[in-house]
Amino acid sequence: MPSARVTVQQADFDLSAEVAALRADDPGVGAVASFIGTVRDRNDGVGVSAMELEHYPGMTERAIEAMIDEAMRRFEIRRARVIHRIGPLQPLDQIVLVVVTSAHRRAAFEACQFLMDYLKTQAPFWKKEQTPDGARWVDARSADDAALARWGIAGSNATPAETGPAG
Amino acid sequence: MKVAVRYFASVREALGQGETVEVEPGATVGDVRSALIARDAAHATALHRGRAVRSALDQVLCDEDAAVGEGAEVGFFPPVTGG
Repeated sequence: MPSARVTVQQADFDLSAEVAALRADDPGVGAVASFIGTVRDRNDGVGVSAMELEHYPGMTERAIEAMIDEAMRRFEIRRARVIHRIGPLQPLDQIVLVVVTSAHRRAAFEACQFLMDYLKTQAPFWKKEQTPDGARWVDARSADDAALARWGIAGSNATPAETGPAG
Repeated sequence: MKVAVRYFASVREALGQGETVEVEPGATVGDVRSALIARDAAHATALHRGRAVRSALDQVLCDEDAAVGEGAEVGFFPPVTGG
């Protein structure tokens, strides 16, 4: 069996090694889809010289495990692997990796996109960017909620949705 | 009953890593937030209901109606921005 499905780490990752490990002992695999998110040097028109990624230890792993369980239910995939980096990162650095294996390509493509859409709005990570004007927390995007909604999941991360009792 | 509260990102910068709060049995996550808001000006600002603050109960995203049990862990944080 491959190693853990979810890893949160400071260290960089190697796509080739992860793909090799995920499909090594599984001759039923006919398709592998992957996604890598990287650090841009600009965000919302402002230069970004570095960023710091914070997360909620324990909850992060649990949330992504649940997302993979959901992807396994929805798509005919064989395995999935998610790695998300934390700590200080710089432009060009890799941030996140999703790899999915399946018998046929469609399920792998779809599950890979589903996992990223889910992760963007439901996994507890926060980015703080260094800009010429100082450090700033990155704002969540309602477009990411819309991306998740396409899969029939109502996310209300960026969208102001105060559902609690008035106080 | 006692509830462990944890803060992240901008909320953590304002209020620290976390704290313990005492609430009545049967309290909800919204009641926990209200009890914290009543503590002082820093809490009232960071957890103000006009702000986008998300919550988790025992490390699962929840809304403010979620019922809190003895020894529960409640997290408050801004909208997530990973990936």
